[in-house]
Formats: sequence, C-alpha cells, structure tokens
Amino acid sequence: MTTATKTKTRAANPAPTEPRIMTGAEIVIEALREQGVDALFGYPGGAVLPIYDALFSAPDISHILVRHEQGAGHAAEGYARSTGKCGVALVTSGPGATNMVTPITDAMMDSIPMVVLCGQVPTHLIGTDAFQECDTVGITRTCSKHNYLVTDVNDLARVMHEAFLIATSGRPGPVVIDIPKDVQFATGTYIGKDGIHKSTYKPQTQPHADAVAAVVDLIMTSSSPVFYTGGGVINSGPRASKLLRELQAVTGIPVTSTLMGLGAFPASHPDWLGMLGMHGSYEANHAMHDCDLMICVGARFDDRVTGRVDAFSPNSKKVHIDIDASSINKIVRVDVPVVGDCAATLEAILKELAKRKGKRPDLSAWKKQITAWRDRNCFAYKNSDTVIKPQYAVQRLYELTKDRETYISTEVGQHQMWAAQFYHFEEPNRWMTSGGLGTMGYGLPAAVGIQVAHPGALVIDIAGEASIQMVMQEFSTAVQHRLPVKVFIMNNEWMGMVRQWQELLHGERYSHSYSESIPDFVKLAEALGGHGIRCDNPAELDGKIKEMIAHDGPVLFDCRVEKAENCLPMIPSGSAHNEMILGEITGNEVSDAGKKLV
Amino acid sequence: MSDGTSGAPGNPKSAYFLSHADEEVERRTLAVLVDNEPGVLARVVGLFSGRGYNIDSLTVAEVDASQHRSRITIVTQGTPHILEQIEAQLLRIVPVGEVIDITKSKRGIERELALIKVAGTGEVRVEALRIAEIFRARVIDTTNESFIFELTGASDKISQFIDLMRPLGLVEVSRTGVLSIKRGKEQG
Repeated sequence: MTTATKTKTRAANPAPTEPRIMTGAEIVIEALREQGVDALFGYPGGAVLPIYDALFSAPDISHILVRHEQGAGHAAEGYARSTGKCGVALVTSGPGATNMVTPITDAMMDSIPMVVLCGQVPTHLIGTDAFQECDTVGITRTCSKHNYLVTDVNDLARVMHEAFLIATSGRPGPVVIDIPKDVQFATGTYIGKDGIHKSTYKPQTQPHADAVAAVVDLIMTSSSPVFYTGGGVINSGPRASKLLRELQAVTGIPVTSTLMGLGAFPASHPDWLGMLGMHGSYEANHAMHDCDLMICVGARFDDRVTGRVDAFSPNSKKVHIDIDASSINKIVRVDVPVVGDCAATLEAILKELAKRKGKRPDLSAWKKQITAWRDRNCFAYKNSDTVIKPQYAVQRLYELTKDRETYISTEVGQHQMWAAQFYHFEEPNRWMTSGGLGTMGYGLPAAVGIQVAHPGALVIDIAGEASIQMVMQEFSTAVQHRLPVKVFIMNNEWMGMVRQWQELLHGERYSHSYSESIPDFVKLAEALGGHGIRCDNPAELDGKIKEMIAHDGPVLFDCRVEKAENCLPMIPSGSAHNEMILGEITGNEVSDAGKKLV
Repeated sequence: MSDGTSGAPGNPKSAYFLSHADEEVERRTLAVLVDNEPGVLARVVGLFSGRGYNIDSLTVAEVDASQHRSRITIVTQGTPHILEQIEAQLLRIVPVGEVIDITKSKRGIERELALIKVAGTGEVRVEALRIAEIFRARVIDTTNESFIFELTGASDKISQFIDLMRPLGLVEVSRTGVLSIKRGKEQG
C-alpha cells in the first residue's frame, strides 16, 4: 500500500471517538456513503440545493437525473428489487415530494426497501403555506413504513442510519426523511451507523420452535401438500430461495408462487406449478383448492390470489410463514401461524425435518392429479401467421433472451400477466413488477434503476402502449445516462385489461378504453435520441427482437399485436379457484355479486 | 365479501373463511406505549381511520419524560378477528413499543375524570348537590346559579351521574376518556 492511499483510507475512516463536524448536507452524503449507497435517483429543486451542492463534490455516488420525481421513485424500487439493497431517491419539497407519493405507496405495498430524501422549506417557514411547501410527513405517513421531519441538524446522522435500518430490516418498506433547507445548511455532529437502533422497533426474525415442529408434523402426514410462496422469499434474500429449493428437494412438495414471488423457485423444475391466482395456471389454482396442506411462505393471501374467500381451499390445513404478524389471519384463518424471516424459518423446518424418522405419505397420486390438470394446457392459444399474438411475442422474447443475464420489468395490465405466464424465471431478483399497487408507468423507470445496478445485463421493460405513455419521459433519462434499456411495447391499441373487463362485466360497452392518438413510437424513440423498431409480422418478429438485443442503446420496440386478445385463463371476481375461465369469455361468467368486486 | 350467491352452487364453504357477520362485537381497552416523538399520535389515530376501526375514547400523555415514553389508552370495538388485527397493526408502527390488552387481562382498572356544569336555582339546585354527594363528586366552582362538579370513576358511573343531572339543569360536560392500568405489582 502506498503512502498516498494510506492517508486517504485514514481520512475516510477516522477513529470513532473523533467528533466530526460538518453541514447537514454533508452529513446526508456521508451517511449515504457509510450505508454503501453507490447510486441515487433524483431531481433538484430549491429546497434541496444544499444537498445537491454537497453531491457535486461526491464523485463516488452516482446521481441519475430523472425527468419526473415519480420516475426517481420507481427507479429506486427497480434498483432495490434487482439487488436486494436499499434504493435511494432525492427530491425537493412540495411537488417533488407529492410526485413521490405513488412510488412510496408502491414500495409499501410490495415491501421494497427504499429511503426517500425530501427537501423541505426552512423550519421558520413551515406551516406558513410557503412556496413549494407541503406537509410531506403528513402526506406520506400512511404510505410509508416510517417517516421523519428533521428539525435539528444534530439528529440528522442518527435519523439517516435509523431510516436505512428500518427500510431494510423486518418487512422492508419505504422510509421518508424530510429535511428543511436550514437544517441542510446548519453545522452539526456526524455519528456513524454502529450502535444505531430504535428501542421500539424489534422485528421477529427467528420462528418459535413449537411452530416449526407443528409445520413439520403436518408435512409428515400430508398426502397432497403445496407450497404457496410470495415476495417475502425474494425479500428475505437469495439464501431463502436456496433453502426453499432444498426443502422442496427433500419433501417433493409442488410449488406455486404469487406474481411477486416469481423466480424464487426455478420455472424449469418439474414440480413448478406456475403462478397462481386470477390469471394463474389451472394446475396451480386447482392444487391450491384441493390440497390437504398449504404452506404459505412470505405471501399475504391477496384478493388476486384467493379469489372467493369463502370457497378458498376448503379442505386444507394452512401454515402461514410471515415476518409481519399482521399479515397472519388477516384474510384467511390459518392453523399454524409462524412469525419469522423466510430464510430463518425454512432453515429451521429443514433442520427439524432431518430429525424426524418415519415415512411420509406417498405423493404420487397427488402428482398424478397435478399432471392431469397440467395436461389441460391452460395457457394454450390459437397462434396466427398473419398477426402477432401477444402470448407468442412474450414466448419469442423469452426464447431469444433466456440464455443471457436478463432482467424483466413490466407495466400493469394484460401485458404484465402475459409476461408472468410466458416469461419463465430461474433465479430471484430477475422480475420487477408492481404487484400490490398495480402502478401503470412503473416498468420503464424501474428498468432504468435495474440497468444502473446491472450495467452489463439485458434489461427489458415489457409494456403496453397505454402504460408506457404514463411515465414515458424516462426514456430520455436512459438516453442521457447511456442505459441501454429495451422497452418492448405490446401495442394492441387498447387499455387491454380495462377492455377485457368491459367485455366481461359491462356488455362490451368499451367506455374510454381505446388508445386514441398513439404516438409513432419509432419516431418518438428517434426524437428522444434512442432507437425505434416496429414489427407487425410474426415472421419478422425473431429478427427484430435480435436487432433490439444487439442495439447498444435504449430501444423502443413497437410490437403490433392482436387487438382484442383476452388474457386467460382467468378466475373472475367472486369465483373460486376451481371456477376458472379457460377458453373464451362469453359474458355470463360473473354473478351480480362478483361485478361489485374489483 | 361474498354474500353466498356468487360462484357455482354446491361448492363447499371453506371452514377457514373469516366470516365477520356472526362474530360478536366486543369492547376493548388497549394501552399503547409509544416513543413520544412528533406525529406518533397521528400515526395511531390514522391507522384506526385508514383501516376503518372504531375509536370510542382516546387519551394520551407523556408518562416517562426521561425515556420519552407516552401512554395512549384507546377504547375500541370490534369482532375478535378485528381486535386481533388492531393489535398486530399497532405493533407495525415503528414508535409503538408495546400494546397491552387491559380488558383481556381481566386485571384492569379503568377510570375517567369528568367536569360537569349544572345551572339552576331552588329545589333542583339542592337536588343536584345531594346527588353529587352520593357520587362523591367535588364542587370545584360555584356561582349563585351554577355548579361545576369534578367526578372520577368508571365510565358508566360518570354516564349515570350525567343522566341524573340532565333534568336538574345540565349545561355542559367535559370528559377525559378512559385511563387504565393493570392490578398487581408488575408493570404492563
């Protein structure tokens, strides 16, 4: 080590006893550095200028300038979801903060670790309806895991470290820090992250031994069990996915997953049932309905998963493993609640299982039944030589990209469900989608965040022509920062899922769901400094997808698909898992009671 | 949720369906111990309004200045399932340290304080004072035509006193809401 680097290292890591005095803005940057933040997504403005000034002399933290604060939030989510690290966004007061409300809520619903730094008007102006003032902590109180208004610069370092602790531990979520401009200018003491804790915040990660033993008792006697896994397995880290695979290998239990949990279990595995729920597979939903033991790992019995709750899996014993006690017995009463981290609990179950002697029931009859359901081939569709079917488009995209390091994000709607059905994942953290909140416009900024985290990877936003127009300006962000994201638009000229529901529920009265005045996406891509590709011929699709992959820069791909294709199979609202629509929608599937549901 | 008319007929109803319709609504007193930081009361109250839970009464004050601890006492109503959710949801709030179900503990003491203004002259004035003595209410302000009584006790006792004052010139009532603590030497 040379003398020069030694000095540098010492400067960066002074002894903990040495008080470090700096401005609030410098405290923010130093805390980000200590937390290992290498990228943040943001947009400057009056109330956040001192932090931007400090950022000017922090070349080790890259700042991605977005076009709209919502884009910064979703980009931070994409970054977080694809790395397991905490995403960070930096925005100004007032409109900067209110534009962040959607991504904060999105991260809350999907349990994504994120720290949002907001500028605020100086403390003496708070409450005076000052220019660009809003009650940020009031507005974000119910949509964040926690939030802070820092009024004393000497609290700032502690709050920064506490925010990262809270965002990334327990059930992860977004934490908002509102920092008035005078606090950014004021001088105070920096403290490091060691020893930071919050006495009232104590997530339970280790499961109770009794609960683990009860789970294993059920596994030892079940003849038709199923694993129902969710985003909690991904959030728990790659070790949880590995342990799930180990436990599955030991027990042979078939696995289904929610939209959020795709990738935790490899889609190529013979015991993979596919996604469950409203647009899930026939075999997954029937297995859920007919099983005698359901082991829910890090999922939350969302209404898109359960269908009609009073007919939900009537004959099974239910186990629910979740780090958040409030998720347990919220929607469905379970027999064995296990509060704990997914990885810690799966490991404890594996250990307990290894201790047991005795033979477990044979699962072959159950697997035979599953094969019979699988043979219904529920995702079958009628392909065409003349028009590109959306299912075919995703299938080809999958075949041509599966052997690369590929990350997929989506917007929200039919294309999202087709992506979940036809794109298959072998690893966790490869699939980024807005599940809980269902935010149209999530996919492109998320792809920006993913590409920042994985510069060499192929990042594709599978989009619809309606969703993409919601936060489309972030294509310009990708161009500026040389992020070669690919936006694969399945353009059917309709808000497809809205159109499908209007067909199903409202007698084909297509009220305001047609996409009028769609931009010329090829010219648009060129105008923004990217590359545009159009394809409307199934025979040319492979070649054009290859062109998209080969292009070293951002691409808008306008894939013209069948206009009125429905996303099937489907459990209509108010129906049970074994009442799926498989072939065609007739318009008589939904009862009056079901029509009132969302 | 389902009204039983949806879906195919003849499907078995799940034994695990949380039907809230036939569960009895119960009343609970919860003591919520929180870090006394800005916004903590708004978080607790916002949880109740956001998720559609009831608040019958609410009291809050700092109880340990050195530890910055406040105690919020909430009287709420709900089915056992909802009450279980309320407790779990409260514990999700970062500055909430502990939730004590005073009612369920069976060892709870609940008290409320009320200030009650009664105006009148002659016979009704004498009668009001006589009843106040029975209830051990203190007179803390008096004019020739009015009293203000201070009364501490269980909520139903206070309500009973107020009802008796109604025909005797009741003008105004101010109540603290329920305070609670558990019997015995242990904390919490």
